[in-house]
Amino acid sequence: MIQAVMVMSTQGKPRLLKFYSFQPPEKHQDLVRGVFQLLSARPDSVSNFVQADAIFGPGVKLVYKHLATLYFVFVFDSSENELAMLDLVQVFVETLDKCFKNVCELDVVFNFNKLHTILDEMILGGQVIETSSEQIMRSVEEIARLEKQSNTTSLIPKSISERFSR
Amino acid sequence: MAPTQPAPAPAPSLVDTLFQRSLGDLVKFLRADPSAAGESTAVARALSEIHREIRAPDAATKATALKKLTYLSSLHFAPVASHPLAFPAIELIASPFLPHKRLAYLAASLSLHPASLSLLPLATHQLHKDLSPSTSAAASHNVSSLALQLLASPAAAAAPDLAAHLAHDLVPHLSRGSPRAIAAAARVIAASPSAAVPILFKPLAACLALPDPRASTAAAAAFCELSAPPADAAPFLPLAPDLYNLLTTSRSNWALIKVLKVFGRLAPLESRLAARIVDPVCQLLARSAAMSLTFECIRTVLTALPAHDTAVCLAIGKAKEFLTAEDDPNLRYLGLLALGMLGPTYVSTVHEFRDVIAQSLGDADSNIRREALHLMMRMIDRNNIMGIAGMLVSHAVKSDPEFANDILGAVLAACGHNVYELVSDFDWYVSLLTDMARSLHCAQGDEIGRQLVDVGLRVQDARPELVHSSRTLLIDPALLANHLLCPVLSAAAWVSGEYVNFTKDPVELVEALLQPRTSLLPMSVRAVYIQAVFKVITFCCNSYVERLSDSSKEVAVGLNGLSIDETVSEGRKAPLLSSDEQITVPIGPLFECNEVEVLERARNLIGFVHLIREVQELKESKVYDDEKHSWVKELVKNMQTVFSQEIGPVSSNAQEKVSLPDYIVLNETLAELDDIVSEDDTTPSSSILFYPRSHGSIENRNEPALSLGSSSLLSEHRKRHGLYYLPTGKTEDEPVDYPHANDPLLPASNESSLDDKSNTAQPITCGKKLKALKSRPKVVKLDGEDFLSSMVPSANVPKEDSLSGAVRGVLLDRDLKPSSSQKASDRAYEGIVNKMETGGSSSQWKNNVDAELVGHPTSSSRPSIQPSHEKESTNPLESDGKEVKEPKRHRRSSRGGHHQGKHKHRERHSTQPDVPQAPIIQDFLL
Repeated sequence: MIQAVMVMSTQGKPRLLKFYSFQPPEKHQDLVRGVFQLLSARPDSVSNFVQADAIFGPGVKLVYKHLATLYFVFVFDSSENELAMLDLVQVFVETLDKCFKNVCELDVVFNFNKLHTILDEMILGGQVIETSSEQIMRSVEEIARLEKQSNTTSLIPKSISERFSR
Repeated sequence: MAPTQPAPAPAPSLVDTLFQRSLGDLVKFLRADPSAAGESTAVARALSEIHREIRAPDAATKATALKKLTYLSSLHFAPVASHPLAFPAIELIASPFLPHKRLAYLAASLSLHPASLSLLPLATHQLHKDLSPSTSAAASHNVSSLALQLLASPAAAAAPDLAAHLAHDLVPHLSRGSPRAIAAAARVIAASPSAAVPILFKPLAACLALPDPRASTAAAAAFCELSAPPADAAPFLPLAPDLYNLLTTSRSNWALIKVLKVFGRLAPLESRLAARIVDPVCQLLARSAAMSLTFECIRTVLTALPAHDTAVCLAIGKAKEFLTAEDDPNLRYLGLLALGMLGPTYVSTVHEFRDVIAQSLGDADSNIRREALHLMMRMIDRNNIMGIAGMLVSHAVKSDPEFANDILGAVLAACGHNVYELVSDFDWYVSLLTDMARSLHCAQGDEIGRQLVDVGLRVQDARPELVHSSRTLLIDPALLANHLLCPVLSAAAWVSGEYVNFTKDPVELVEALLQPRTSLLPMSVRAVYIQAVFKVITFCCNSYVERLSDSSKEVAVGLNGLSIDETVSEGRKAPLLSSDEQITVPIGPLFECNEVEVLERARNLIGFVHLIREVQELKESKVYDDEKHSWVKELVKNMQTVFSQEIGPVSSNAQEKVSLPDYIVLNETLAELDDIVSEDDTTPSSSILFYPRSHGSIENRNEPALSLGSSSLLSEHRKRHGLYYLPTGKTEDEPVDYPHANDPLLPASNESSLDDKSNTAQPITCGKKLKALKSRPKVVKLDGEDFLSSMVPSANVPKEDSLSGAVRGVLLDRDLKPSSSQKASDRAYEGIVNKMETGGSSSQWKNNVDAELVGHPTSSSRPSIQPSHEKESTNPLESDGKEVKEPKRHRRSSRGGHHQGKHKHRERHSTQPDVPQAPIIQDFLL
């Protein structure tokens, strides 16, 4: 399964963290730091796989892509195929690119919830459920549409009415 | 919605709501001051704000606060303990308003804090509602996928009751083949197998056969996940037909990869299954264009189908394509990984790729380098170890420090594996060790040093080369400053001293050991250096004295391998004299040293140098005082004897192999000991025993009757409680019945003998020596403590310390009073030497060492081990009483099995036909 998905800046700041196996919250920062140290020590144009046994436990690897100012990191165990994971990182990045029209770090910074929505359409509980970026795009747009619908129909009237009914 | 949580913060006002910052505002605020301090204050401020807002009655305000809190706790590691995310999240899960609901679900699934987790079961009912189908299709789908998301999250896995309660709600989703539901079901089963398996397993298995490829892919992934180690894959064997069907029909690479992974785990359990899947896997391997699938096929074949040669060949062919992919480091890495999966039967195949692998050692990618090293180590066998290890060591020089040490560590581990079983040419290996120590980034000094000594102890044939290599290490002043090499230098010094008879130029060696830059060494290493000097001097002296005895004739060059230019004995004056000054000058300052080991050895050495001077004067006077002459000769000979005894490796569990004698009660009180010791102090003991190296010798026959009065009491007590005796006791009537890998008891026994008799030759002591001796008792006492702690089995082979105890003891004796007792003890040593010479066959020697190392048996138990070279009847030990003898015999018999075991072991060694050229490795007690 996929143990975690991380997006972090080349400064080591986390931009997106999603753990699919239980990791105590107080350990999260150490994990991010450990992964960043591994990645920042690697030169460009080397392989995208890193053994992460020391950080996540035996048999765990991570695959990463370094794009502009961001590292996209997928952490996975022996039940996943290395090259398939690499493809999946690519799918994720492509989807972000489509959703944000030339994604940059700021998009990632300011769209916390949307990023999670996209990721949740792709991976559930550490299992890949969708690998087509078009399909993911469609689902995300559908969700946005539903939310908007919900917004126009209920949000303002309800919140105002609640406020004034007190 | 009223706030349900009591909290000290002031209630949120309308102003808070109207001017609430959105998440976007918060992010900007946090980014305004990117410094760590600025960020933490900003986070703290935002948290206090959120703490107020989250209790707002207004859902929108609450939702925004929750959004911000989720963000902070996820990406800024805000301490959520004081701001439980769970309660507002659970409140909002019930919201009919979709964005709030999404937000709440996200918050709940991200929050892994125990406080949140404990509240999660409160959401059970809402989850149940959200999972059940409702009228509005699109919204319902959306809502249920949110619920599934939460159910599959690690948060839910940490609250297994939740999953168990909701398992039934998953079933309708599974029957529709929803990939989300399938993935969630896998997580639920993994989280609470006992509750969920009866409900979910069958519907999940049915998904494998669904026509929808997304469903079957998700199901294959689910079973791949569930069968992953450490779980047992055997229960999934009944799924094989469905999985096989998927393997042959599916077009989805994802599904095929997962199916292959499951088969990879199932095939070793069932050989018919392996035979069945070989063909489809080979077909996939041959025609797949996707590298991921190809690699998965390779992995499956190599790990699960190693018996199917054609498949393996095909897989190796594909792996070769990976290996030779010049432009893609990922493929090269995976190609190396694939080679690493090859079983031991295909090692020859790995050899074909040796060039590629060797090339990969220099790759820019540390992954590739590491895999290549790993493969190289797997290739090593007896025939190619010299080539590969040599190549690796020369490669280490070119590598970055970290990888260089990885290489050196791997080579050391491979060569040292199972007592150097792969190494047949030890001359080569010794020089390789030296090369390793000299390589630029070497940080493996400890292991190299250990192996140098270990090879010296175990492999007699390697000693000349060992001494030669040590010389090159010792003589190089540049190495002295490298603190990483200290253990190596220490080992080199010890080896040079211990096997000094192989040295070509002892004078040069002494110079190297005393060169000025040795002051850079840590004290522990200096102690070894000084001891080595001492051994060298002793050796030279001995050679000299031996010539002196033949002084009328010309003495041949190269006595005992010593080749000093002077041929006539008189000519030997110069080197000895010069070494006298050479030694006293650098050693002098060490008399102020506060490290006792160094101080002590320095004093010993100087003391001996004075003796040399004595010899010198003797020579110069040209007066052949026969008595004195013979005394000096004997003295030097004895010194030499002390050092010439072989030291063998000792098993770390040698101590354990000695069974506890029945009559020893380890817990008995020591209170009575005081009386005995003090009593003993007043009574001059008349006994002498060189313990333990001289046991079984004949020398003590001249001694007066032993065991008089209290001393016999004491000796008895010692016999029974030898373990408790510190060597500060004045007499050592009886050897302790325990093996001492180190025998620092010697000083005590020798001292006692000195005290007891001083009737013949006069002590030749100067003030310095007396001073040194004055400080002795304390040192010896420390030594005694050392001895006690050394009873704990240690993993180290005897190093220089084991020697130092023995040497120190004998040395003390010489320094203080060369007395009649010496003659006796000298003969004791001669006895040992004779024994070793006459019984010089290797197995005999082994017996000796076995006996000595295992139990230090007294002479009474000796004959059966070594029947031909013992004269035991005159040994004073015998007179001590029969009641002692019996238990000893008993003890020995209990050791019989152990001996047998060792014999077997030796046989195994000696009958190894495949390495006849290898020197016999003396592997005692292992």
